[in-house]
Amino acid sequence: MIAIGERINGMFGDVKQAIADKDKKVIQDLAAAQTDAGATYLDVNVGTAAADQEATMSWLVETIQETCRTPLSLDSQKPDVIAAGLKVADTSGGILLNSSPLNKKSDEEVLDRYIEMADGAGPDGKLITLTMDKNGVPQDVDTRVAVAAEIVQKAMEKGFGTDRLFIDPIILPINVPNAQIQPTNILDAIGQIKYLADPAPHITMGLSNLSQGTTQRSLINRVFLSMALSHGADSAIVDVLDDKLMEVLATTEILLNKQLYSDSYLKAYRSG
Amino acid sequence: MAVPEITESYTGSVNRLTLGATSQSGGTRATTVVVGGAANVVYGGSDTQAGERPVIAIDVLDSRPNDWPEYLSEPYKDVLDSPAAWAKKCVDEFGAEIICLKFDGIHPEKGDKGADHAVSVTREVLEAVGVPLILWGCGNDEKDNQIMPKVSEAAKGENCLIGTVTEGNYKSLTAIALADGHNLITEAPLDINIGKQVNILAADMGFPLEKIVTFQDTGALGYGVEYSYSIQERQRLAALSGDKMMAMPVICDVGHEAWRAKEAKSEDAPDWGRADKRGPMWEAATAICLLQAGADILRMRHPKAISTVKDFINELW
Repeated sequence: MIAIGERINGMFGDVKQAIADKDKKVIQDLAAAQTDAGATYLDVNVGTAAADQEATMSWLVETIQETCRTPLSLDSQKPDVIAAGLKVADTSGGILLNSSPLNKKSDEEVLDRYIEMADGAGPDGKLITLTMDKNGVPQDVDTRVAVAAEIVQKAMEKGFGTDRLFIDPIILPINVPNAQIQPTNILDAIGQIKYLADPAPHITMGLSNLSQGTTQRSLINRVFLSMALSHGADSAIVDVLDDKLMEVLATTEILLNKQLYSDSYLKAYRSG
Repeated sequence: MAVPEITESYTGSVNRLTLGATSQSGGTRATTVVVGGAANVVYGGSDTQAGERPVIAIDVLDSRPNDWPEYLSEPYKDVLDSPAAWAKKCVDEFGAEIICLKFDGIHPEKGDKGADHAVSVTREVLEAVGVPLILWGCGNDEKDNQIMPKVSEAAKGENCLIGTVTEGNYKSLTAIALADGHNLITEAPLDINIGKQVNILAADMGFPLEKIVTFQDTGALGYGVEYSYSIQERQRLAALSGDKMMAMPVICDVGHEAWRAKEAKSEDAPDWGRADKRGPMWEAATAICLLQAGADILRMRHPKAISTVKDFINELW
């Protein structure tokens, strides 16, 4: 699975404080710890507190890359913030842009801009897109798949390979009224989105969002991760420092025949 | 209409590994051999993805074999009592790129020879030939643990390939191979999951994954070659998908296994064709089959089989 480490995000107190204090060590330690834990990409999100989001993104990217070569996932809904990160990022090992909806009321062409930025970042420049458009986040399966189909079509029109495209069907917290239908809807949508193109787009999700505000965050996250992988998801933005979650991930990959079993498969996963 | 591009591309590849050390690298070998490196299935993808050309290691036994059929021992009849002369003949006359020194004579039931014998044979063979060596124990855990560390030490700095270690017996030889700078053969009994497990165990002791060669056990034609084939194929696919615990080059013990088959060694079976041709053909057919399953190093015995397989390799790589 393509694991995108979620911890370098200004929404977390320690990161918010580190940004305010320009404390590089906190950020670099999180980058190293997530890399050791198996992150394929490190998500970088400036959060909402930073006064100058573009400058903060640049600082975070430069700070991480001083000590860590793990590819980055530049995370912002604002194209200018992504562009600021791209300007200083070393993209030679790949880069992920996170994320664009199909379109917005305020910006019909937002997806075009994200695709152009990802494409311009080299052959390993990849993009996460959300099954969301100017009407908001769809609640049902069919609209999610329809939005995903339009995203895939747009990528193909622009010559952006579908294997460079990640689609995030958007997970909502399970504890809000009438939200309990959503996990099943998402699983159904994942199964259909995989067939929209060949090669299939990657499917990712912001897993921790599912358990926001619940009393069993890690348990809910890891059970759903296993379900999503078995329905065809191949990526997630996760807390890679959650050992139990990573053990469930390794075990699910064994059960889905994605990895060879051995008695010490957990050890192999951690060292791999 | 254009022919569609159907070449698969993979994220991983088989490790490249160098056997032997010249004087620049602290050894005394005249030549070194690089194996592995494939980035696609066998015969799949472009030439650059094929990796290194497979190599043949010719078996030399530390003691005169007493169970070899006449047609196999005949080409070596003047050197069977001298591993050094035997190794030299393999290099000079049969073009061996690697010598596999097999210590059958230390086995409790095949001579039970001691460390002094094994060490002096190792030194003599190192002296006699300039190609890299494989140092392969007898398969008896107790004797191998007692003798092979001494053999390893005698060849320190030569960057040999030494083995084998198994799931149940890996610690002492892994430690000594690491200390003496050798490459290591991990062995599993035709079981891909155990194959991965032994690699994890060796890695857990700090042995570098990129210095491991795997031996999944070899079955000869008619005696389980299909099991070896499918396991090696599965290992290649795991390596290509990025499984670092399975990205090792593969070695096969073709000579020993092929010549155990009655079809290869039986001299009293006129209906099966000429005995002098049958054995080498059995060995060559087994080898060629395993090459197609992704073998990187073939241990072989009969010069005719070796030249047939060399021609095959040179034709295709």
